[in-house]
Amino acid sequence: MTETATHEKLAQGTNGAGHGQQAERRESTALIKRGLAQMLKGGVIMDVVTPEQARLAEDAGAVAVMALERVPSDIRAAGGVARMSDPELIARIIEAVTIPVMAKARIGHFVEAQVLEALGVDYIDESEVLTPADEEHHIDKHAFKVPFVCGCRDLGEALRRLGEGAAMLRTKGEAGTGNVVEAVRHARAVLGEVRKLRTMPPEELMSEAKRLGAPYELLKQIHETGQLPVVNFAAGGIATPADAALLMQLGVDGVFVGSGIFKSENPAVRAKAIVQATTHFRDPGIIAEVSKSIGGAMPGLEVATMPAAERLATRGW
Amino acid sequence: MVTVANGTPSGPADGPADVGVPPVAVGSAPRIGVLALQGDVAEHVAALRRVGATPVEVRLPARLDDLDGLIIPGGESTTIGKLLAEWALLAPLRECIAEGLPVWGTCAGAILLAKDVRDALPGQPLLGVLDIAVRRNAFGRQVQSFETVLDVPRLGGAPFPAVFIRAPQIESVGEGVEVLARLPDGTIVAARRGPLLATAFHPELTGDDRFHRFFVAVTRESSADCPPVATR
Repeated sequence: MTETATHEKLAQGTNGAGHGQQAERRESTALIKRGLAQMLKGGVIMDVVTPEQARLAEDAGAVAVMALERVPSDIRAAGGVARMSDPELIARIIEAVTIPVMAKARIGHFVEAQVLEALGVDYIDESEVLTPADEEHHIDKHAFKVPFVCGCRDLGEALRRLGEGAAMLRTKGEAGTGNVVEAVRHARAVLGEVRKLRTMPPEELMSEAKRLGAPYELLKQIHETGQLPVVNFAAGGIATPADAALLMQLGVDGVFVGSGIFKSENPAVRAKAIVQATTHFRDPGIIAEVSKSIGGAMPGLEVATMPAAERLATRGW
Repeated sequence: MVTVANGTPSGPADGPADVGVPPVAVGSAPRIGVLALQGDVAEHVAALRRVGATPVEVRLPARLDDLDGLIIPGGESTTIGKLLAEWALLAPLRECIAEGLPVWGTCAGAILLAKDVRDALPGQPLLGVLDIAVRRNAFGRQVQSFETVLDVPRLGGAPFPAVFIRAPQIESVGEGVEVLARLPDGTIVAARRGPLLATAFHPELTGDDRFHRFFVAVTRESSADCPPVATR
């Protein structure tokens, strides 16, 4: 994969060891963009709509926050067109915390992404939770200095996003439902395909690339390494500590929790419990302990009977 | 003890604790813990295997037993600190360090080791054992994160590839602390005092294992053992 690397020479200076050479400083390389996601592994990224919620999330142990005007369940309830959040709100949330701040741009809306980059967000989520701006093309993410995370339902979608320059993936699930079923479906689909590629004879990789609609080189890389080339979190419907641990045991690297925290009875306690369960995801005793007396979860929505038009996961291609 | 539930398929993040590929020389392979509360644990585990050490993922105090060294990985220092406090790891870890346990912190890990964290959150749990002063996110936000190469005389040979991700700077070091590397402008980015090692960057992301070899050598010099700790 090629990355648009920004090369920047440091002002002349000598280092402590007395060598006079100029050290080259390279920003926004693939390693740097993917690297931040590697630092978030084993953690919980929480949707927040105010600076106060952002501080609560940081206090609970979130590794990053997603700055939004409305959490997905409210976006769902409000209907209409959901856009990038007010830059003023995002700037205030950036001010409020020391952990990384992410924000969402509409699918294909590269100017919203330019605005978010100018605001100084640490990651952009090109998200199906907002109303798509382009029904055919996603953003050319190589063109940006800031890294992107993108949603996926299967490996083909995941690798198309990587081809466009995404530096992190998240399985989509069905946002704003408090129902983990789609998150499980998508995590199993992506990770199952990875396992399949691992054992596939090399001569079958090209047909598989055609079937998935994904770049051959990426399939080849997964075949050789046995894993996705970037960090992959789960999202969309995680509402309890056990939900988070379930996705972790399925093999994702961390979780996004959207409406599940601030639409629950006691957000501070639930946020902390989900953080603990994500760390100790293989320890049922600890998951049981942290799940006690944390108040009610957000109300859930049945996904199976949901009209197709209300499903957010089908946005993006 | 930690109960390991053998659930469903394991993914890339599912590094087993100490049951993986046996190192070449089993008898002499040092057991090196990687604090696995949050962060880029798997990258350190992989590097340790490559250099012939036996990695042990540490999430609870009982796993500190019989370690020859410990790595605190990159991640979010606020998150890792809170989890250290929540799972009663701060006191036993400080005790092990007082007994001479070699510990290496990368990025977030360096912040956790520092005695002086200049912009810590109020009440942010820290180990506070290495006499250095650090500033979090000192280079700026993610778009200012960068790669470069550093001269690290201790490692010898070619310059070392260094990856700085929302990295801290070491603003000053106390007496007896050796500066291992600086940026061309003089900023300190790696320091060591005896068995304690701090790097503001991430050797575990580069595939260059010289820092991991160096740390293994540090653990071989030390004969310290963690005192046994009660399980939470």
